[in-house]
Amino acid sequence: MSRTADAGRRLWAGLFGTWGNTAITLVALAALAWALPPMLRWMVLDATWAGGPEACAARDGACWAFIAAKLRFILFGFYPFAEQWRAAGALALVLLMLGVSAWPRVWSAKLLVAWIAALAVACLLLRGWPGVAAVETSRWGGLPLSLLMSIGALGGAFPLAIALALGRRSELPVVRWLCLGFIELARGVPLIAVLYAATLVLPLALPPGVSFDTLLSVQIAITLFFSAYLAEIIRAGLQSIPDSQFEATAALGFGPWQALRLVILPQALRAVAPALVTLAIGVLQSTSLVAAVGIFDLLNAARAAASDPAWLGFYDEAFVFAGAVYFALCFAASRYSLWLERRRN
Amino acid sequence: MGGRRGFLVQAALLAATLALVALVAADVLQNMARAGLTPGFGFLGRPANFEIGESLIPYSASDSFARALLVGLLNTIMVAIAGCALATILGVTLGVARLSGNLLLKGLVQAYVEVVRNTPLLLQLFFWSATMHALPAPRRALMPVEGVFLTNRGVFFPWIAAEGGLAWTVLAGFTVAVATAGYAAFRRPRNARLLLSAAALLAAASLGAALFGDPGLSIDAPRLGTFNVSGGFGISPEFLALLAGLTVHSSAIISEVVRAGLQSVPEGQWEAAHSLGLSRGQALRLVVMPQALRVIVPLMISSYLDLTKNSSLAVAIGFPDLVSVISTSANQSGHAVETILIMVAAYLALNLSVSTVMNRYDAKLAARGFAAP
Repeated sequence: MSRTADAGRRLWAGLFGTWGNTAITLVALAALAWALPPMLRWMVLDATWAGGPEACAARDGACWAFIAAKLRFILFGFYPFAEQWRAAGALALVLLMLGVSAWPRVWSAKLLVAWIAALAVACLLLRGWPGVAAVETSRWGGLPLSLLMSIGALGGAFPLAIALALGRRSELPVVRWLCLGFIELARGVPLIAVLYAATLVLPLALPPGVSFDTLLSVQIAITLFFSAYLAEIIRAGLQSIPDSQFEATAALGFGPWQALRLVILPQALRAVAPALVTLAIGVLQSTSLVAAVGIFDLLNAARAAASDPAWLGFYDEAFVFAGAVYFALCFAASRYSLWLERRRN
Repeated sequence: MGGRRGFLVQAALLAATLALVALVAADVLQNMARAGLTPGFGFLGRPANFEIGESLIPYSASDSFARALLVGLLNTIMVAIAGCALATILGVTLGVARLSGNLLLKGLVQAYVEVVRNTPLLLQLFFWSATMHALPAPRRALMPVEGVFLTNRGVFFPWIAAEGGLAWTVLAGFTVAVATAGYAAFRRPRNARLLLSAAALLAAASLGAALFGDPGLSIDAPRLGTFNVSGGFGISPEFLALLAGLTVHSSAIISEVVRAGLQSVPEGQWEAAHSLGLSRGQALRLVVMPQALRVIVPLMISSYLDLTKNSSLAVAIGFPDLVSVISTSANQSGHAVETILIMVAAYLALNLSVSTVMNRYDAKLAARGFAAP
């Protein structure tokens, strides 16, 4: 028999195979018939696609005209309107690098160098250089900021996380207890508490007269926070390396650092690559919490767009749009993580 | 690493850590002195001078900072307990639904899990908050069931008003009867039948007292005003939004945990149970679930901890949880370092107590011959 007919039979059995199954299918269909039409009406049929706030007020559905009008604000926040090509350039560069890095064959030390260069260029684009208007970090915002904060947090956390993971396995009790203490402390408190600590306590903990950029202190806080989670993932990777590998490097005359850099870490990191992608998804979602300390990332910018007096109250549309952007990024990443896992096995 | 070199490394690391702490402490003390603040926890006794939206214990602005923090802590505990209970019920249901043979149901649950897991929790909380505030004003309240009102001031339903000792005795009797019956039905101890009859007797006695005595029990139904609702049992829209957001978010994770746990039990166990003549429900309850639990329980507890930590997002939608009260207190009193220390201590105490319980559980499993997962 043909493959389609076989799949068709399995589908039929999965939906109407038994009386119980048929009942579940009918109830689920009834629920869909109840829930989908109003959603479809709101999102498509009764929606307003063009025009001003008055055009939207005249119809019941979603006001996508609002998204069209505020798109640049949602994507770039309070970044100066005339200079937004720079923010768009930084966004494009970061997305390009993410796309390239998804290909396991390019994973190497060169890629690391390329990433550092790309991040430096992206920050330079946002900040400005002699000859163009400088843009203060307090005006950075939107999607480029969300992505840069996430990547900066993960990248910055890496060296620290490797040190913590190794320290936790150390034979020296003081090293082990300090690393364990930091990891448990960071994993025990919520991120929002760490953000408050960074913005409330850090100014107090610096010598008088020294001030710190809010965005930078928040970035440091997020980096330290996630280094503890990253350390636990790397520790799992180290545990997956058999002892014979360590013995082999010793037999070949490698020093401990050489062995770590050339033999142990490359294998350990490949083993936990899917978990690293899952953590990256968590970091991107968590950067939305910076709204609590007054930074306009994608989500906060979307919310602020709906409090514009000209377009007051289109919160549903703003959240649906921001949600769609997050979903597209995170869903792609989670499928990618599954692909990595299948490829490894 | 050699003993002598190891000792030196450790001594240097310890000295560096202590030096950093001392440096930061010196700066903090200096900065506090310049702001005219005396370091220490003495400020906890002073009046807080700010209102808190909702509280389980009586509280007013003239109460102390310590009491304000207690209000925040109790609010966090309340939403965490309610959230964990609801997320477990919803998550287990979804996890089992995902393993059912029905393709449509499986697809729907999977779509739910993907949408919830791939959008930020804060976004979901904003959505729930907007939904709760979009409900009609009290004078045009929705009434899905007689006596229950959905309004933008919260959800209100009738509640039992108890007056006098006999009323409380009757309520306590009922509670004990229900708890005993639940214990007997689910844990099935050897004397289950005896316990069930005792519970039935207790329930009948309580019911009799309620019907024939005059225990002072009445139903307190909510009454609608133009702008507000009085009487009954009310739940604020902020609490509801937070609870809905946390429940939905964690239920997606718990459903994955339950699915992974049930799938970790080899198919042969189902077949063996079947060949022994057990029904599918009996096989799940007596054979598969006990084995799946050793995978499920540790992951479930870590998602409970996540839910509790996530409840700190309350601050973004206006529910006064511990973190929200802490940040207000820090701003009001200027004692930022002390308040943050209190908060860290509270969360660490919670985590340590949970991990102690976890270790006990692992030890218990190990004693029964299961390796810790």
